[in-house]
Amino acid sequence: MLNDWLFIGILLVIAPIVPLAATVIPDFIGPRKPSRLKSQTYECGVETEGETWIQFKVQYYIFTLIFLIFDVELVFLYPWAVAFNQLTLFGVLEGILFILILVAGLVYAWRKGALEWF
Amino acid sequence: MTPLQIIFLLVAAISLGGAVMVVTRQNLVHAALWLILVLFGVAVTFVLLNAGFLAMAQVVIYIGAIAILMIFTIMLTRKVAKDTDEQLNSNWWGAGIISLLLFGGVILMLFQWQNFQFNLPNLNPSVDPLLQLGEGLVSPNAFLLPFEIASVLLVAALIGAIMVARERK
Repeated sequence: MLNDWLFIGILLVIAPIVPLAATVIPDFIGPRKPSRLKSQTYECGVETEGETWIQFKVQYYIFTLIFLIFDVELVFLYPWAVAFNQLTLFGVLEGILFILILVAGLVYAWRKGALEWF
Repeated sequence: MTPLQIIFLLVAAISLGGAVMVVTRQNLVHAALWLILVLFGVAVTFVLLNAGFLAMAQVVIYIGAIAILMIFTIMLTRKVAKDTDEQLNSNWWGAGIISLLLFGGVILMLFQWQNFQFNLPNLNPSVDPLLQLGEGLVSPNAFLLPFEIASVLLVAALIGAIMVARERK
């Protein structure tokens, strides 16, 4: 049982090496010709405006709340999905009913316009 | 020391170091990010205790949901997400002594407790507790009704959240 987790542990140690290598090695071997334009903050191609630590729009909060609900749903469905192959048809249908009840909630959120990004 | 103990000590040290960072950072977003490291350390501790499902729930609920909620709350409510006050006040040494006494007292009590030298119970390795939990959740003899009620409760929470948080038009 613990040996299964050992692989995740090894991955946790090895995985950060890849992005680190990709950012550190160019630091040593890449030529440097900095200019004012080049050393500007990169922000997906648009020019950076204003302060970094600003207040975000409160509308984003509703996305967090909806995400939270489906995150908790995941914890319930995870054991169900693990046992899926051994369940009776009744058990599978119960899990689907669980999902359908939550889909009703999602449809409500959708109809209320809570999923609109503006 | 066994490898397990070394890993535990390492994880405990990282969690404690992260916890110190959480309370000493001035920038609240940085504090929240350090908190994620602490919560992850707790998840690894669950794994070391052979509680894989709890570890997964720890990552999904605490890191995935609670920490994100905290970061959002910080980013949404403060114009500048930074505390300008000192993180220590003049009474820090008094609080430190009381914390040390409390910690020492708890450790002393635990050492006197007869179950302190307690090993992991030997579970039947052919039975996967996660499989049993999954079957139990949808079995009418076990937790079927609470399982479905949890779904209804989540929908109620969703509708309530939308009602409270949505902008009135």
